[in-house]
Amino acid sequence: MVHFPTVDGVVKATDGLSFDLEKGKTLGIVGESGSGKSVSSSAILGLHRKTNAQVSGEILLDGVDLLQLSDEEMRLRRGKEVSMIFQDPLSAMHPYYTVGNQIGEAYLVHNKVSKKAARARAIEMLDRVGIPQPDRRVDDYPHQFSGGMRQRAMIAMGLINNPDLLIADEPTTALDVTVQAQILDLLQDLQREFNSAVIIITHDLGVVAEMVDDVLVMYAGRAVEYGPCKEILTHPEMPYTWGLLSSVPDVRGDVNAKLIPIPGNPPSLLDPPPGCMFHPRCTHRDKVPGDLCRTELPELLPGVSGSGHLKRCHLANPDEIYATEILPEIAPDMVEEK
Amino acid sequence: MFAYIVRRAVVGVIMLIVMSLVTFLLFFASPIDPARYACGKNCSPQLREQTRKALGYDKPTVVQWTDFLQGVVKGRQYPDDPALVKKNPDLVAQCPAPCFGYSVVNQTTVNAELKRAFPVSLSLALAALIMWLAGGVFFGVVAAVKKGSLFDRGIVAGALIFYAFPAFFIGIFLLKFFAIKWQLVAIPAYTPIADGPLLWLQGLFLPGLTLALLYMAGYVRMTRAFVLESMSEDYVRTARAKGLKSRRVLVKHSMRAALTPLVTLVGLDFAALMGGAIITESVFNYNGLGKLAVDANTTLDLPTIIGLVLLLGAFVIIANIIVDVLYAVIDPRVRVG
Repeated sequence: MVHFPTVDGVVKATDGLSFDLEKGKTLGIVGESGSGKSVSSSAILGLHRKTNAQVSGEILLDGVDLLQLSDEEMRLRRGKEVSMIFQDPLSAMHPYYTVGNQIGEAYLVHNKVSKKAARARAIEMLDRVGIPQPDRRVDDYPHQFSGGMRQRAMIAMGLINNPDLLIADEPTTALDVTVQAQILDLLQDLQREFNSAVIIITHDLGVVAEMVDDVLVMYAGRAVEYGPCKEILTHPEMPYTWGLLSSVPDVRGDVNAKLIPIPGNPPSLLDPPPGCMFHPRCTHRDKVPGDLCRTELPELLPGVSGSGHLKRCHLANPDEIYATEILPEIAPDMVEEK
Repeated sequence: MFAYIVRRAVVGVIMLIVMSLVTFLLFFASPIDPARYACGKNCSPQLREQTRKALGYDKPTVVQWTDFLQGVVKGRQYPDDPALVKKNPDLVAQCPAPCFGYSVVNQTTVNAELKRAFPVSLSLALAALIMWLAGGVFFGVVAAVKKGSLFDRGIVAGALIFYAFPAFFIGIFLLKFFAIKWQLVAIPAYTPIADGPLLWLQGLFLPGLTLALLYMAGYVRMTRAFVLESMSEDYVRTARAKGLKSRRVLVKHSMRAALTPLVTLVGLDFAALMGGAIITESVFNYNGLGKLAVDANTTLDLPTIIGLVLLLGAFVIIANIIVDVLYAVIDPRVRVG
């Protein structure tokens, strides 16, 4: 749980969020901007400043609760056991220092080695992430790199200490589509090689389908659907996930498929709506008897298809509604195949 | 880089030449007749004309200006009029190149005046600069790190108090209490550095502090704002995510970016202080460029005014070139080629 007390009240950026992840597996956290994806991952790294954020709950890494650690103990784990790749590599790298300096710094701080060894390690990592002529490019400044190369360098920085957990915060959002694919490919390769657990934060369901084992859909700071990737993409049970799926264009799909945007905007986290957070934008809220959506927040419970698939929704027959109302609209070809 | 500096220097020289012309034109556009002023009370029209001729103010402005430029390049002698030189050869003053003129009011060449006053102002400005920069950056960074605390508020409020007081008040206050009443320091007087670096420093302490307190306020607030701004930059978050110690994040990643804009301000403020510390100079009886400028203006001493304009102008131009070069050193993105 991450709360930000402000002058206007407490912003409940994430609340009641829970997930787990094994080594070598990938979790995708999906949601709109402001749904709490980045906030919760920053909490794992302990990046929130104590002066303006309250983080509570427990974050277990190899059985150690990160929230119980002292600042110094957490610092020693940061970048070594857990590391993070940021969204916009141009602003995430310091403009005044060379790429090699910044990558080597991450190695130097957690290993008792000489600067020369750190530099050699930085070159090795740059080579590993596919930067051509790494022994020369190591002395370049970030502005001399292309966008894709900068993100590769960020990945090199994130993986230099062989972390147990790598968090990639929208790693491909700022990149060209062709470069996106290369970066995702690289991440997948490296994950296999380093056997890290990876959390990918994204709003791109294409990335999810490509990369992840499990999906966590977030809305207004809460998990609204959580389960194996295949399950969630083929049998989503929460109207918000349907909305996300309906908003994705598919170039190879049926030309009759419609793009249906989710109406409205995400709610204010300062003053969230009562009941289900999503009900003001939900087109299915009237299918639930007793106005329950407006009054009671649904629990995150196993859905129709089994215990591995959790959802936070009052709807009694989501799979039926999806099959009869949503799927024919967004992918008519898939209905016919059945 | 070298070509760039040369280009800037050439532009700077052209600017100085234009500045000298503008100063000439402005001087003669003024309603006060400098010859009448120099001649004094009970001046007959005949005497006034004589004075005008002796001062060289009878020639057209543009001719006077070209004569001046020639003097800078080749040197000249005063008075300029061959007839006068012949009459009183013992009164002739030689002014070798680069000659910025001869001040009749002070009975000496402008070069000699500037040479005397320049080290005074330079020492004062340097002493002030070091104190205000050290204090401003230190308190600014501390205030930013302890943002919102009592310490932070105290620093910001304290800086504002010194900023609000006029220079003469702070100067006289320091002089009265520190030098006279409590006798913590000697009564400041300018001693050239050649007469002993320690005496030189001692004399500079109070006047330097007066100016430093004045300038520090702005630097404290700016440093605080820049550091706070840089702490929310993405690359500072990256540095923290690497697991760097917070001090290293602050010094290497946050402050380096935050202090870059200060370089520009320091260059300009320092150059402006060279001729602008008039009040402090008079409170502490320092005969620097500021005092020279005020005196030259009240006595309509054209050669001294021109000399000061060019010297201070050159200082601003050089300071700007240095700032630009420093920028390229600090920020790799500015480096060309």
